[in-house]
Amino acid sequence: MRKVCIVLMLSIAVPALLFSAGAREAEEVNQLEIFSWWTAGGEAEGLDALFDIYSDLYPEVDVVNATVAGGAGAQAKAVLSTRMQGGNPPDSFQVHAGRGLVDTWVVADMMEPITFIYEEEGWLDAFPEGVIEMVSYEGEIYSVPANIHRSNVLWYNLEIFESNGLSAPQTIDEFFDVAEALADAGVTPLALGDVNTWEATHLLESVMLSVLGPEAYGGLWSGDTPWDGEAAKEALSVFVDMLDYVNTDHAALTWDEAAQYVIDGRAAMTVMGDWAHGYFMAMGQEPGEDYKWIPSPGTQGTFMMLSDTFGLPGGAPHRTNAVNWLKVVGSVDGQDAFNPKKGSIPARTDTDRSRYDMYLQSAMDDFAGDEIVPSVAHGAAASEAWASEVNDVVSIFVSNKNVDNAARSFARVAADHAP
Amino acid sequence: MVRSKRELWKAFGLVVPSLAVISVFVYAFIAWSVRTSFSAWKGMVPDYTFVGLRNYFTVFSRQRFQIDLMNTLSFTVSFLLLCVVIGILLAWLIDRNIRGEGIFRTIYLFPMSVSFVVTGVVWRWIFNPTVGINALLRQIGLGHLAWGWYTDPTRIGIFHIALIPVIIAASWQLSGYTMAMFLAGFRGIPSELTEQARIDGAGEFFILRKIYLPMLRPITLSALIVLGHFSLKIFDLVFTMTGSGPAFATDVPAIYMFETTFRGNNYGEGAVISIVMLLMVAVVIVPYLASTFRKE
Repeated sequence: MRKVCIVLMLSIAVPALLFSAGAREAEEVNQLEIFSWWTAGGEAEGLDALFDIYSDLYPEVDVVNATVAGGAGAQAKAVLSTRMQGGNPPDSFQVHAGRGLVDTWVVADMMEPITFIYEEEGWLDAFPEGVIEMVSYEGEIYSVPANIHRSNVLWYNLEIFESNGLSAPQTIDEFFDVAEALADAGVTPLALGDVNTWEATHLLESVMLSVLGPEAYGGLWSGDTPWDGEAAKEALSVFVDMLDYVNTDHAALTWDEAAQYVIDGRAAMTVMGDWAHGYFMAMGQEPGEDYKWIPSPGTQGTFMMLSDTFGLPGGAPHRTNAVNWLKVVGSVDGQDAFNPKKGSIPARTDTDRSRYDMYLQSAMDDFAGDEIVPSVAHGAAASEAWASEVNDVVSIFVSNKNVDNAARSFARVAADHAP
Repeated sequence: MVRSKRELWKAFGLVVPSLAVISVFVYAFIAWSVRTSFSAWKGMVPDYTFVGLRNYFTVFSRQRFQIDLMNTLSFTVSFLLLCVVIGILLAWLIDRNIRGEGIFRTIYLFPMSVSFVVTGVVWRWIFNPTVGINALLRQIGLGHLAWGWYTDPTRIGIFHIALIPVIIAASWQLSGYTMAMFLAGFRGIPSELTEQARIDGAGEFFILRKIYLPMLRPITLSALIVLGHFSLKIFDLVFTMTGSGPAFATDVPAIYMFETTFRGNNYGEGAVISIVMLLMVAVVIVPYLASTFRKE
């Protein structure tokens, strides 16, 4: 009996000791833990460039790169919400500007306002007003945008277009003419890889923007434009028509595999955010020679944006280090180190233009002049919960192509979530 | 049986720690999930306002959940059937006292030692419509047999044909395990019975049908219970192999539960899905446990 008792007590005591030792260690080490879903290619390089700047400034801090792989943060968001709710936040984490930040974290009172950093660093004039608005809630600012991505871009294989005597489609009508000509020539007109569904949502949001126009598109997310109205239904049926020109194996591909179809000449065009530019470059393609881009059909003059930002979770274990990190992210040096590698444009307007390539310079021009609207596929326009249900509807819609059914489902989801 | 008081206390003391752990980490959490499923909790902050059956109505009215239930049914039935048939066949073959029995037994059991995640990744590539089996078929001139596998949203009745690759992968993994169970069953059948039958001039197939199969009924039931609860709550294999699939052709409740809870941050509805899954497994397991308990 005594022996049994001793064994039992030991078996409880040993793990307890281990846990307490672990906890003490975490307090003593001077760390900065940054949580993101940047694990591949240019994204990871950009993040490393930011870490390099940080380490030069604060050599005594040990930077911990806590990334969770998965496009659009699919896996990472699940890990993050568990950590945040368990009271174990990272020092700073990647979060999409807009509803993804505000509805998920800020209203839950899990973020610390960082308006003071903007004031200290004089950022209120450096970042465009529209961008600051997207990361603000009730007069306080909650995160620092690291970059701006554009969602409504059509990428195309220049050789296919030239050899068929076609020019890039500016409107939806032109798109269908071009698609018909390409199909006749035996080329898949539009590459899509929607294995994770958000890629289809991504195409749909560009079509919605094109048919509805920026104002009514914004209304979809504010509750002013009915999802089952005539205009929205027309957009949905244009989307269905587009699907006729899509590669048959779209359900098995990811967005980058779809982009590869364009590189290989198996498909002529693809609608994807401008991270596709980074992919084309990484594959050795020459911008302006092998591939070109225009705003997705019918969305000229509108810049559908999303932005990766970093915020300050309440109770960050190393708050001072985290505040310094945010200062690096928002600095001109930080923006110019990160963005050329990531293949995105800086959120600040006073950066060094010469460090950006041909595509990014054209995007910077558009960003400065175009009307800005938020993307839903990437957490800017709607809350995570809403976006996740939109994806559910899209997944069924892509396969049954029933416009009325989809419009009803979208409207029901919107009624649950619209502000 | 008479036992001293001291011995009883000792036995009790040994069981207490595991009882305590189980009651917290299993039953308390079940109770907590039930409570969450009746609550209005959406978003990061827990909100236990009682909303009655509202979440249950919402979840059951969702098209995705209805598809999930159908998929669970099709998957479970086909998977059980395939496993049991292959399991019996392999066990019967091995029971012939062939040479190298040990090697075959090990080979058939091996897949079980691989984790579902690994199985999922491997079979995803095997059934990839561009580079997988289809490429092989095209090479040997059977290109017309190539189809979309898990990317084909076609449905026959309630059966999504995209589930076929998943069923094959799952059966590949667990048929060996079923074989091991049936092999034990075969070995438990007294040899007098079969020898007698052979002397009377019965063929091997006749013996299988008239003696082995009826005697194997209890083992079959155990196999069905064990495999059934695997398939009702399957997550890892499907998640890594196909995900939700086109129009949820390969979606299962566990994936929906994961996405609702941890991506949509909709904890109330996520809890509903877990409770429904728990009930499905309970329907299979509780009568079995009750009947075993009664026999003891």
